[in-house]
Amino acid sequence: MTVLTELENLTKCFGNRTVLDDVTLQIEEGEIIALLGPNGSGKTTLLKILAFLEKPESGEVKFQGETVTDKNAERMRLQSAMVFQRTMLFSTSVYNNVAYGLRMRKLPKNLIKEEVQKALSLVKLEGFERRSAKKLSGGEQQRVALARALVLKIKLLLLDEPTANLDPKNASIVEEAIAAANHELKTTIVIATHNMFQAKNLPNRIVLMNNGRINEVGTPAEIFGKLSKTLASFAAVENTFRGTAKMTKEGTTSIDIGNGVQVIATAPNTGEVSIFVSPEDIILSKNRLESSARNVFKGSIIGIQDLGSVVKLRIDVGKPFTVQITKGSFHDMRTTLNSEVYLAFKASSVQII
Amino acid sequence: MNPIIDGVQKALQLIFSGDPTVYGIVYRSLFFSGIAAILAALWGIPIAMLLGLKDFRGKSIVKGIFNTLIGMPTVALGLILFLIFSKAGPLGFLGLLYTPGAVILGEAVLVTPLVVSIATTAIEAVDPEMINLAKTLGASESQASIAVLKEAVNGVIFSNIASFNRAIAELGVALLVGGNIAGLTDVLTTDISKFTQRGDLALAIALSTILLAIVFGINLIIIIARNPKVLAILGRSPQ
Repeated sequence: MTVLTELENLTKCFGNRTVLDDVTLQIEEGEIIALLGPNGSGKTTLLKILAFLEKPESGEVKFQGETVTDKNAERMRLQSAMVFQRTMLFSTSVYNNVAYGLRMRKLPKNLIKEEVQKALSLVKLEGFERRSAKKLSGGEQQRVALARALVLKIKLLLLDEPTANLDPKNASIVEEAIAAANHELKTTIVIATHNMFQAKNLPNRIVLMNNGRINEVGTPAEIFGKLSKTLASFAAVENTFRGTAKMTKEGTTSIDIGNGVQVIATAPNTGEVSIFVSPEDIILSKNRLESSARNVFKGSIIGIQDLGSVVKLRIDVGKPFTVQITKGSFHDMRTTLNSEVYLAFKASSVQII
Repeated sequence: MNPIIDGVQKALQLIFSGDPTVYGIVYRSLFFSGIAAILAALWGIPIAMLLGLKDFRGKSIVKGIFNTLIGMPTVALGLILFLIFSKAGPLGFLGLLYTPGAVILGEAVLVTPLVVSIATTAIEAVDPEMINLAKTLGASESQASIAVLKEAVNGVIFSNIASFNRAIAELGVALLVGGNIAGLTDVLTTDISKFTQRGDLALAIALSTILLAIVFGINLIIIIARNPKVLAILGRSPQ
């Protein structure tokens, strides 16, 4: 494989704060890399350096063998594009948004039209050309932002938490488009994520980051297989718990994750394990549900985070769980901080990693 | 007859008969203020872009100065400019005093702080990451700045209209550097003052009516144009 981008001993500071500390990484052409780490670990800054939008204080960035400097950064940027975590769109139509980068590259009008349509179809937004971009739903807006980057057919695509604020339907469209871009256009992709499931399934390699440093680099199997201490220690990686597993008489696995919380999983396992439950897989209710879910816990809301179309809640059931629900559901439930709620999730939703 | 009612009647006659004196004054007012607003935009918007997009030492002081200068009394500025343009002044050699150029330049200077302050606020309201967004999509430094300016376009247009309004409605600068020379540098405000003092109420009322109509008309257009329904109809065309 050919190396596309090389980072050597990068250091980046904002004021007195070191956000990247001696980062060295090689990115191969055509691979998908996930940057996994808690908030403030330096993922976004690293993406911005890879997108030639930020300069490191020290160290070297090479793109296709050429050292990136002030002089050639503008030219280098034509080969890469970044999709930001907070969706940003120009106050114009969907078409003009997606066409922006092609216009900067001075492509002929008919070709722009053709490419915009292809890109919109990749994110399942055919027929949205004339719509005002800012009037779309949060998920649709993020898909426009992705199409706007994909249309450029760049070598390096940088995605900052592309599905963080999306409902499962929009998230899966975005993930499919990312995978298609990598597969069909051979675009190299670096994706910063909190989403363990995404990190496990999408990338070829995972880069674990903490406090501005790269702690580990490996394939998903390597990283999740041994569940490194770094990974397990990420408080921000939601719903990841370490515990002791034992098989039950019914053939399921019961994992004691501490503080009296026993989680049931379908995958057989014993001994020290780590588990992950996707926040989207958890059902929240005010009363105990009569359902097939094997895991039901009573707890209280200890944190509420508004993410646009969805709301993230932290629920303390003895251990803190993160639950993601739509804003509509949140309002309907009329819950507030310290409200008592029930969590329910199926044993099959518990991933032993 | 009541002199006020009489004045109003005569004023309406002057307006609707297309009186050349009245419309000459109106034309000069619109022309001077329009050019002044354009000049202020030409140098004010780049200053606003610098203040809105770049970080530098003393930036808040510069912004503070522009904000303070919005309230500058027109007569005081008129006097300062009079001294600058007068023969003994630093720009006396240009021979601008009592010429249309002096009025235009004076009004442009007067409204510059307004353009800079409103446009800076509008540019600062745009997401600071917008410049990075444009760059990552392939824009050069200047193209990225234009992208930000486009996002702030409503505020920037508003700053221009506000500056035109201020220019056309001010008296001090036009009077002191223009000298209110009939047919050359007299404008609506200076003539309203002159005709009122002379007791020619009909002309004063006619000119005031037109001035108010211009100022209110422009504000009405802004209100209508900012209405979301109108914006939707005007809606930036997609292709």
